[in-house]
Amino acid sequence: MMKFLGRTLKNPLVLASGVLGNNSGILKRVHKNGCGLVTMKSIGPAPRDGHKNPTVIDLGHGMINAVGLPSPGYLHMEEEWKDLEQRDFPLIASIYGGSVQEYQAVAAFVSEKKPDFIEINISCPNSEQHGMVFGVNEQSSFDVVSAVKKVIDLPLIAKLTPQAPDIAKIAKACEDAGADAICAINTAGPGMVIDIEARMPVLAFQKGGLSGPMIRPIAIRCVYDIYKAVSIPIIGLGGVTTGKDAVEMIMAGASLVGIGSAVHYRGINVFQEVNNELEAWLRDHDTTMEDIQGAAHGKISVPHKGGAQ
Amino acid sequence: MLRVAQKEVHSRDFASLYFDHSLDFQPGQFVMVWIPGIDEKPYTISYHKKNRFGITLEAKGIFSQKAVGLKPGDLVGFRGPFGNGFTPMSSPDIAIVAGGCGMAPLAPLVEILDKNIFFIQGARSREFILYPHRFETQRQICTDDGSEGHKGFVTELLEQEIEIRKKKGKKPLEMIYACGPEIMMHRIFMICEDNKIPCQVSLERYMRCGFGVCGACVCGEQVVCKDGPVFESKTLRTMADFNTLALLKSGKPVDLAQYFSWRCQS
Repeated sequence: MMKFLGRTLKNPLVLASGVLGNNSGILKRVHKNGCGLVTMKSIGPAPRDGHKNPTVIDLGHGMINAVGLPSPGYLHMEEEWKDLEQRDFPLIASIYGGSVQEYQAVAAFVSEKKPDFIEINISCPNSEQHGMVFGVNEQSSFDVVSAVKKVIDLPLIAKLTPQAPDIAKIAKACEDAGADAICAINTAGPGMVIDIEARMPVLAFQKGGLSGPMIRPIAIRCVYDIYKAVSIPIIGLGGVTTGKDAVEMIMAGASLVGIGSAVHYRGINVFQEVNNELEAWLRDHDTTMEDIQGAAHGKISVPHKGGAQ
Repeated sequence: MLRVAQKEVHSRDFASLYFDHSLDFQPGQFVMVWIPGIDEKPYTISYHKKNRFGITLEAKGIFSQKAVGLKPGDLVGFRGPFGNGFTPMSSPDIAIVAGGCGMAPLAPLVEILDKNIFFIQGARSREFILYPHRFETQRQICTDDGSEGHKGFVTELLEQEIEIRKKKGKKPLEMIYACGPEIMMHRIFMICEDNKIPCQVSLERYMRCGFGVCGACVCGEQVVCKDGPVFESKTLRTMADFNTLALLKSGKPVDLAQYFSWRCQS
């Protein structure tokens, strides 16, 4: 058991947004399978189908996807909220919008439904109008975070993109605007895969976000940079597949560790397995989560006061 | 990508495409089929030999009409096979129940099971009976309009068989494999529950990744592309959305009638 922004979690693992998370039943199962904190699929301002298939392709060392933010729209999820009312697990509601006003409208509505945290996705590369346009600019990140913060009474997590020219500055802008935590990173790239027989990009949206083991070094670098810049806690994710990967992410500065693509590589039990591996590693090294958190920064040079509280 | 090796037109609406490629495959598993520039959709494998496999399509939506129009030599992209298929049992005391194009995933299973199983196939009418001459195994035909075989539901013949076995003191059925409209599979599941017979049915939901990550195809706590598409009785008992709900492309849950009318057009 541990505390994160005032809520109790059974372990530091988080289900990344956009992975499973499409109904209360599967969120419950992911929690039961060893995930401390689960995230709903991003909720948008209006009904949206997302892109045509192919949308998700496995490349072996990671995946590329352009699902394209499908959402029933925040006004059309009553059944889902009703199912989640009686939940026995902590929940992040991820939201997105196309303007500050849309983020506010969705956030205010979702806040009433009492998830435990609201994550604002300002980092999705798979839509021209949503998300990432905010997360690559300090001022627009500040604006959307402070606007959303005004209309919710829940802890706010800002989900960032590695495409920002300086992700640490974006994180700092979010912290200054009132964000309670940072979640990094969303998918990297975007990249493209061309089928040489068809002579065309495989994804219907042509380009897509990269995830899985191949982006772990980018995620580690981002979390490392963010840790130096802010004092709010960080949910570190990007390619984490094993307990040792989680240790690395925590040493970079993460308080919690997200898992997404690894659900494909190791199945839905990946949460229990990674948690067991993480605990075993800590035991074998006679150390604790607190001890290793931000350890890669060296004890002396750490300005960080946050972390798991 | 693979080139279409052969096309077989079964009737006005049904056609099979064959590809010369060796697949490691279990009956009931599916592949994601990509027609460049059009779309990508899941299809169960309906034909499987050492160096050849096939899929069977019913031309009813944009994608399937395009697919049925493909010619030998045309390129098609594949990912998979994915998911969990049927677990074959070697016993004659088994029933296969197929409805409409639900015959397709069951066909490779029929071909590896005992030749004396009880095999029921249903269709709208005679012209919609898939693979009329394919199997050595004898089958009971059901049509909605009575144009061939029994006029009525496949479930009626299944219940009759269960009763006959009881009356005659014959061995009860040890397993029922089914695929067809979800309402039919649910009815079969209920019959199986009443008679304490295990069953395995193949479900269908809108899919994206095909390997259990994106969550588009969740049905209750189950991920259809990864945990299924074939589910056994034990799991079906826990699936609240079985025969009730399915997610549209947006993720919105709707009743099955609405889901299937949308899916058939896309």
